[in-house]
Amino acid sequence: MEKFDLQGNPVRALNSALHQEQARMKEFEVSNPGGKHNVACGARYPCSVTIHGHVGYYCAGMNQQADIVIHGNAGPGLAENMMSGSVRVHGNASQYCGATSHGGLLVIQGDAAARCGISMKGSDIVVGGSIGHMSAFMAQSGRLVVCGDTGDSLGDSIYEARMYVRGRVGSLGTDCIEKPMEPEHTEELQALLEKAGMEHRADEFRRYGSARRLYNFEVDNADAY
Amino acid sequence: MCGIVGLYTKSPGLENHLGRMVSAMLEKMTERGPDSAGVAIYHDPVSEGSVKITLQGDDEADWKDVERVLRENLEAGARIVPIASHGVATMKCDADRAASWIEANLEHVRITSVGNAIEIFKEKGLPSQVIDKFHLSEMAGTHALGHTRMATESAVTTAHSHPFNTGRDLCLVHNGSLSNHNRLRERLRAEGIRFQTDNDSEVAAGYLTWRLGQGASLNEAMEAAIADLDGFYTFAIGTEDGFAVLRDPIACKPAVIAETEDWVAMSSEFRAIAQLPGNEKARIWEPEPATIYSWERS
Repeated sequence: MEKFDLQGNPVRALNSALHQEQARMKEFEVSNPGGKHNVACGARYPCSVTIHGHVGYYCAGMNQQADIVIHGNAGPGLAENMMSGSVRVHGNASQYCGATSHGGLLVIQGDAAARCGISMKGSDIVVGGSIGHMSAFMAQSGRLVVCGDTGDSLGDSIYEARMYVRGRVGSLGTDCIEKPMEPEHTEELQALLEKAGMEHRADEFRRYGSARRLYNFEVDNADAY
Repeated sequence: MCGIVGLYTKSPGLENHLGRMVSAMLEKMTERGPDSAGVAIYHDPVSEGSVKITLQGDDEADWKDVERVLRENLEAGARIVPIASHGVATMKCDADRAASWIEANLEHVRITSVGNAIEIFKEKGLPSQVIDKFHLSEMAGTHALGHTRMATESAVTTAHSHPFNTGRDLCLVHNGSLSNHNRLRERLRAEGIRFQTDNDSEVAAGYLTWRLGQGASLNEAMEAAIADLDGFYTFAIGTEDGFAVLRDPIACKPAVIAETEDWVAMSSEFRAIAQLPGNEKARIWEPEPATIYSWERS
């Protein structure tokens, strides 16, 4: 196990270690993050990173393959552009967590603030609590699961991402509608809840997605080019 | 981008450490605002019928001479305690009369605050330089607001630096930018609110002063601000006895609040709060959009 105490030490030493091939299958323990930015960014190899404390902006950004656990809260931009692997936060996450994430699993055990999963491109995001407004704005692919409530304008201008919400939806964004839960959806949601360690039943959730009525979905608009 | 911090003590034992605590927070926000920094600190309120006015001069200001002029023209017992380029004047005199007279007659000093308890110190430069210059770490008080500035809407000068005080003891620090400040400033000027700069954040402070002057409570004034201020903001607001935090409905400017039995703190980032004793046990949350959080001494 490799230990990094961030009290008085640069975050860069930790991140450099995570960028090296030698990180493969290793365990990293990080203490005293003190809200610092960019903790555990750009990890490239399968390894586990456990962070004890609260982190600032952009923690676990661009993650590939690593499993990163934060015992604390995360600031804005958690797991931004994650490609694969997993990120779990035991506390709350600030705005735009999982923004533009292409793959992997992001689990927030507490609440996530505004713009959760904005422009997500294929990841799975599971939130144990509630999420803020404008979440999954322009979400293109992947799945967003919310065990609590959502803020206003959920899924505004959404493309093909699927959203499952257990609680109350503040309001739906433009071109976002409720859709029926077919057996395939219940099945994929149940598997996702289990993977994320959430003890809810899939049939307690409702599904939301794109009505596909905006400009880009109109085949006639292809004539413009 | 800017950094803001606020610290409100709940246990009197912390009052002597307020300056040290808020200085540590402010310094952590250097990367968010290296242009200038400032602090409003509330302490040692003057007795009824008196006023405390913070004056900003330059490093060579002759505060003994300013004190003499105040004694001759405003009140024989006027006193000035010099702190670097600033001087804290106290006198038995009506606040408006004193402020108007100083504005009209003292060319080389500028008022940074007027009230019973508030004192504002601000300068261009790195937060660490400003902290050292005014010996902020040694200051005591009940609550304080601080700001580190990266200018986007107006010039980098001490006058444009935060905090802004527009009414008695009312003070505001702002991270964000307002888009309707020019029209609103004209409207408020017509209502008798005085502005020193073309800064957007000063308009927000002026707006709250105007609402309070019309009889609104601080919470009512903030409710009205949500409707009337257009733009991005996280505000930390101080009054003689109170402390409040407000974010705009879009809430893209960051904010975090932490509370323990001994203190309430707010900041743009957790990094600043991590400097405070007892933060490990604090209740920590991100303030909701368009929601007022306030604390007041009973």
